[in-house]
Amino acid sequence: MFDWRWDFTWQILPRLVIATGNTLMAAGFGYAIAVVLGLVFALAQRTPSRTLTFVVREAVEFIRSTPLVLQIFFVFYVGPQFGLRLSPWTAGMIAIGLHYAAYLSEVYRGGLDSVPKGQWEAATSLNLSTTRTYFRVIIPQALPPSLAGMGNYLVGIFKDTPMLSVIGVAELMHTATAIGSETYRYLEPYTLVGLIFLAISLPTAAGIRVFERWVRRKLGLS
Amino acid sequence: MSYVEFLSQYGDRILSGTLVTMVLTVLAAALAVAIALAAGLMRLAPNVLVRGTATVYIEIFRGTSLLVQLYWIFFVLPLFGITLEKFTAGFVAVGMNLGAYGAEVVRGAILSVPKGQWEAALAINMSPATRMRRVILPQALLIMLPAWGNLLIELLKGTALVALIAVADLMFQVKQINGTTFLSAETFGTALIIYYILARFMITPFMRWLERFMLRKVGRV
Repeated sequence: MFDWRWDFTWQILPRLVIATGNTLMAAGFGYAIAVVLGLVFALAQRTPSRTLTFVVREAVEFIRSTPLVLQIFFVFYVGPQFGLRLSPWTAGMIAIGLHYAAYLSEVYRGGLDSVPKGQWEAATSLNLSTTRTYFRVIIPQALPPSLAGMGNYLVGIFKDTPMLSVIGVAELMHTATAIGSETYRYLEPYTLVGLIFLAISLPTAAGIRVFERWVRRKLGLS
Repeated sequence: MSYVEFLSQYGDRILSGTLVTMVLTVLAAALAVAIALAAGLMRLAPNVLVRGTATVYIEIFRGTSLLVQLYWIFFVLPLFGITLEKFTAGFVAVGMNLGAYGAEVVRGAILSVPKGQWEAALAINMSPATRMRRVILPQALLIMLPAWGNLLIELLKGTALVALIAVADLMFQVKQINGTTFLSAETFGTALIIYYILARFMITPFMRWLERFMLRKVGRV
């Protein structure tokens, strides 16, 4: 069909599978950074300091409204101009981690806002410190409503990793392009990349929905 | 080189890139809205085949990356005898991608129009097509507009990827300028600010205006 060559497909598949490992690793690292940094962004917008809230709010808006691919270029190329050299992996992880931290902070914000005010008052009347209130009372309750959004962005970060290829991170898209330019065959590598993405993102999205229902049941929410 | 000198020397290239980005955004948005409406309505069709086609389309475009789709449309589609010029390939890829996301928004909005509206239209003997066009869609439109605001910003950001197939948009221009001057902070920084201005001070206010306009249109001020 359309000059599809199976021998070539089998020949390049191992290389693509190895690259898939890199893609998953990039998504995992990036997500880990985003989950933690996102919480920092969300909590920073709840401090009494008006200035801090304003600055973080604007920074999150800025990161959310500008293209990730441009942010990747920015982080990778601006460092050397000031004598700071970052490897493609480091720069990529910083850029993608920051980008998704901004998105996740919005998810957390929604979750934190959904915790009833009475919980705060109860914690105050028990003389719990702010830190303790957050970690033992508020965040555990804010988590279930945030799970859906967090899951969506896990799949989202995975789908955005191909952008790392622009600064030379050897993930799936980069490898497929390399194969294409070595062999002048683009049909198989790019189609396989698409299929690999589908094969991972569709089950993950379904799995996240199941997990989310399970958590809600466990916590007696539905 | 000071920033003012930088701007006076490269300002017109950055400006022409910005213009290309804006045109791409408008074209891709038009395509995305059309696809979203069609696929969203198809998802609600009684016919399994129609519904299935829309579902497959949406899952494929939401399950893979925009960059993969763009490369596939640009490098692989010609092998099937469909050669798109790079500019066309660029906005078609972005439009089809965001159209798939939009389809789910359209579907959700149509489903959230109160049931009484459907029953009332049925009671006065409206045909299904008239009911959709005159009763359901106008109300669904109001529900989906805020979500479209976010989608349009995603779309604007998506257009930056077409630089990778050498469409001379803003991203492409600053990449080129950076390649010759190595003034990365100035080039990429300027582009970041321009994208931010487009998103925050053009798309967002436009959508706010559209929401108010539509509210007035259906008499719910």
